[in-house]
Amino acid sequence: MQLSTKHLLGIKDLQLRDIELILSTATEFKEVLQRPIKKVPSLRDTTIVNLFYENSTRTRISFELAEKRLSADTLNFTASGSSVSKGETLLDTVNNILSMKVDMVVMRHSASGAPHFLAKHIPAAIINAGDGINEHPTQALLDAFSIKEKCGALEGKKIVLIGDIMHSRVALSNIYLLKKAGAEVMVAGPPTLIPKHISKAFDIRVEYNLKKALQWCDVANVLRIQLERQNQVLFSSLREYNLAYGVSKKILESINKEIVILHPGPVNRGVEIDSDVADSKQSIILQQVENGVAVRMAVLYLLSNKQNFN
Amino acid sequence: MKTILNKYQLQITIERLAYQLVENYDDLSSVVLIGIQPRGIFLSDKIFDQLKKIKPDNPVHYGKMDITFYRDDIRKELHQPSQTNISFSVEDKNVILIDDVLYTGRTIRAALDALLDFGRPKKVELCVLINRRYSRQLPIQPDYCGKSIDSIISQKVKVEWDREEVVLY
Repeated sequence: MQLSTKHLLGIKDLQLRDIELILSTATEFKEVLQRPIKKVPSLRDTTIVNLFYENSTRTRISFELAEKRLSADTLNFTASGSSVSKGETLLDTVNNILSMKVDMVVMRHSASGAPHFLAKHIPAAIINAGDGINEHPTQALLDAFSIKEKCGALEGKKIVLIGDIMHSRVALSNIYLLKKAGAEVMVAGPPTLIPKHISKAFDIRVEYNLKKALQWCDVANVLRIQLERQNQVLFSSLREYNLAYGVSKKILESINKEIVILHPGPVNRGVEIDSDVADSKQSIILQQVENGVAVRMAVLYLLSNKQNFN
Repeated sequence: MKTILNKYQLQITIERLAYQLVENYDDLSSVVLIGIQPRGIFLSDKIFDQLKKIKPDNPVHYGKMDITFYRDDIRKELHQPSQTNISFSVEDKNVILIDDVLYTGRTIRAALDALLDFGRPKKVELCVLINRRYSRQLPIQPDYCGKSIDSIISQKVKVEWDREEVVLY
């Protein structure tokens, strides 16, 4: 029993069998998290560094908790306040950390492809915790886990990703994963935020009308508007975006079925999703966060095999 | 290949193990059966059914436990975990760990560690169908034993639950 890859750089490199293995292992870790002592000794011989070159709340805490629940030793590195500001390169920083006998690297970086670059140059196992606008594989895995838990299966389910598809690494990882798992995928949002040839490139549907998209789907994954990655005006104002593409109670009531709402966080309340929807029963946003720990435990456990270590 | 227990012998052995438990514990409500995944649960299912027949008004608690995350050979090979289902407290209970074959004792060591993460039992005992003598790597012995056998390392003992017999390869 093993993953076909040494690193988790993106869902793109995974086979369906890898995805299924991670999700089934995560189910057992979720049970561990319900026990009186929520901890297993599996990774007590492993040291993991969390290398965060970009801000994060959920992912960093979730990874750190997953590592601790597996009894691993953890190091936290954030770029601000480190020697990165003195000009140390990524590779130098990582090699210095690894020389202190670190076995695995969990990494977030604002440059797409940064973990792929690192994987070519260092022997440790690397887990991508989000790289630029490329991929965020553990988020897609926990989304899939949460959908599976709520709806029973991924195959044949109609899933729409709504919002800033262009700048979203969550969207790309989700598209890869859902296509591999046999789900029907649609992206919806304003034309300026949806890449031109995405429909052909991934064999998915594109919809510019929010109501039509919601009417079609079983599950809606609402994405955050990533203002920090937009250097030009792609829509006139947040208020206008909310009016056209914000998921509101009113629009959900106008379609005659109950759909499941996901959001990878952090939520911009009143922009891509309204508060009453985010806090409603059909939203599984907090379950996603809970499942995130179990899914990350599964990924760390499955990549921790000896052959991966130097 | 040699048959260690045939269908009939297996049946009366399981009955005997159940009666030994009843003999030791007057009140089964203080007793918890824990089948060790993946292969121990076939035996624990059968003992549980037998106890229900012997004392229908005095039910025993029954759970299943996977020990994959507690194994000491995780760096050699990763194993796929099975389901753990312990929906009650083991605090101050008499726990009977159940597995099919006791060989090196390493699985039971892992099971003891796993069990203690669910609480502090009053007492833990071990029940196995087959005890392979002289092959232990840890100081662990069964309290209830179906049959003890002498075998060499190159031999394999397998409980064939669908054919209901125990064979030595």
